[in-house]
Amino acid sequence: MTAVPDIEFRGVTKRYGSVIAVSGIDLAIPPSAFVALLGPSGCGKTTCLRMIGGFEQPSEGAVFIRGHDMAGTPPYRRPVNMVFQQYALFPHLDVEDNVAYGLRQARPRLSSREISRKTGEALAMVRLAGYGRRKIHELSGGQQQRVALARALVNKPAVLLLDEPLAALDKKLRTDMQIELQNLQREIGITFVLVTHDQEEALSMSDFVCVMNGGRIVQLGQPSEIYDEPADLFVADFVGKTNLLSGKVVGLSGKLVDVALADGTVIAARKRTPLAQGEAVSVSLRPESLSLGAPGSGRLDGLVRNRIFLGSTAEYAIEVQGIGTLLAKADHLVGGGNLFKPGEPVAVGFTAGTPLAFPENNGTNQRENKNVEIVS
Amino acid sequence: MRAFVVAVFAFLYLPIALVVLFSFNAGHHASEFTGFSVQWYGKALANPFLVEALKNSLFIATTSALLAALCGTAAALGLARVGARTRAVFDALLGAAIVVPGVVIGISTLVALVQLFGVVNPFVASLWPNDQPPRLALGYGSIIAAHGLFSMALVAMIVGTRLGSLDRNLVEASSDLYATPLTTFRSIVLPQIMPAVIAGFLLAFTFSFDDFIVAFFVAGAQTTLPIYVFASIRRGVTPEINAIATIVLVASVLLVVLAQWQLRQRKPSH
Repeated sequence: MTAVPDIEFRGVTKRYGSVIAVSGIDLAIPPSAFVALLGPSGCGKTTCLRMIGGFEQPSEGAVFIRGHDMAGTPPYRRPVNMVFQQYALFPHLDVEDNVAYGLRQARPRLSSREISRKTGEALAMVRLAGYGRRKIHELSGGQQQRVALARALVNKPAVLLLDEPLAALDKKLRTDMQIELQNLQREIGITFVLVTHDQEEALSMSDFVCVMNGGRIVQLGQPSEIYDEPADLFVADFVGKTNLLSGKVVGLSGKLVDVALADGTVIAARKRTPLAQGEAVSVSLRPESLSLGAPGSGRLDGLVRNRIFLGSTAEYAIEVQGIGTLLAKADHLVGGGNLFKPGEPVAVGFTAGTPLAFPENNGTNQRENKNVEIVS
Repeated sequence: MRAFVVAVFAFLYLPIALVVLFSFNAGHHASEFTGFSVQWYGKALANPFLVEALKNSLFIATTSALLAALCGTAAALGLARVGARTRAVFDALLGAAIVVPGVVIGISTLVALVQLFGVVNPFVASLWPNDQPPRLALGYGSIIAAHGLFSMALVAMIVGTRLGSLDRNLVEASSDLYATPLTTFRSIVLPQIMPAVIAGFLLAFTFSFDDFIVAFFVAGAQTTLPIYVFASIRRGVTPEINAIATIVLVASVLLVVLAQWQLRQRKPSH
């Protein structure tokens, strides 16, 4: 790729005393991408965002914005803007003055006409035209969120940083804002870097997801790759719902391995990393990759324990002797599928090769971070 | 239980109520009420010594409160940036400064000032070209210094509390929006802590305006209103004193209420 990345991390490590928050990260984010930094709390994603914003300095390595090393550059000289988790709107200023705040710092000064024109445009963009004279505390959470967006975007930053921007909104509003953010990003065409612990949010909104754990990047890829081809056990478990079954490798054949489950059943699974004969593995099975049928017709037999009806689909908790409880998701509107009742015996089937086998106890693997670059 | 509460409040406030009541006494004595009149207010305000003392008190209170508001706020801002251990030490010292009895502040300030004058005055005199060197002495300056010292701790505490509840994100947001640290201070931090600074000023003013003990030690030849009242009581309590007391009381209560109102205004929101 020839274009200069909007954001680049080169060997970035951040330590707080003896605690390592971010460990040797290499990452390049190309222009006009919507990237999500996804991970559990304490994985270092917010620290990464704050290092882009300039609120934290890397202990080692360097952060580049559009090819410029940002070492020693304070936040107020960086061409990025941030939407804070709690919005951090200035309570003593009204909506318009909040949005105009960044524009007023420009040197040489912008004319007040210019400022009010741009402010008006920004407010219209987030559908808050006419709200300029409102006080911040008079706005709803969703409106405050949009003011925070307008306040950042009005400055036409190279990159917009979003720190868990939807965490404080209720579910309905969150879905609306996800769509709105996606549209905005396409419309303006600048890079958005979103930090979230919500895997659904990361998968649904972004072009690329960067999964982090323990201060490292575990996997970087498009949402579908992350979901379908998780790099390791941690990603498989963290992103989406999955069933993890313990077993042992009993046969190797090319890309597939035969895994003997706890009850003796042998299933064919794909491997992501080299596995040895006899190695203890965890097999990941997505609930929607399981099919349910009459007893004896599948790979495993079990009993329906619970059913959660979700409209077009239903989720089942199925107890399989010797293995445990499996979560299955079945679409009963397609192909004349049946609704199974709790207590009913049922067979669980899956296509060979859908299960993914991972070495066990290797969620935080010691894999070296290669220079990860998104190819768009 | 209710009767007990009534008794407690009566014990607390009855004397004050009586002072106010007798300020409207038509008679000459503070012990028997002979009719309603506001004549004592007129007499009080026509008394040149009293007016002089009132002016002194107003000047000293305003100056020392300004000094306290400025230095106290600066101290609070500085303390917001130091480490937790240093912070704890200074917070304890500030708290101690507030609970030290007035008598102790008065006498220690007096001793300190006299010692200081004893060193500075001969030194200045030895350098001065003629026989009339300026001499530091007790007076306005010493009262303002003594009051300012105490109130400074008060302001630093009030402003410090406000600063502590200031959302750090606001400062970061301002910085993120291209504002230099100076602009951030001016446009974000100052407006957020202003109610506390004003409240601190008002409380400092009230303290200085009402203070007798500290002023008595360091006043030198100057007379403040409380010192004047104290001195006139020796000549017998007249309703004139009651009138002055009532004025001071009303002014103080008003200022304290105003300070509380300021502190409740525009709480930093999150």
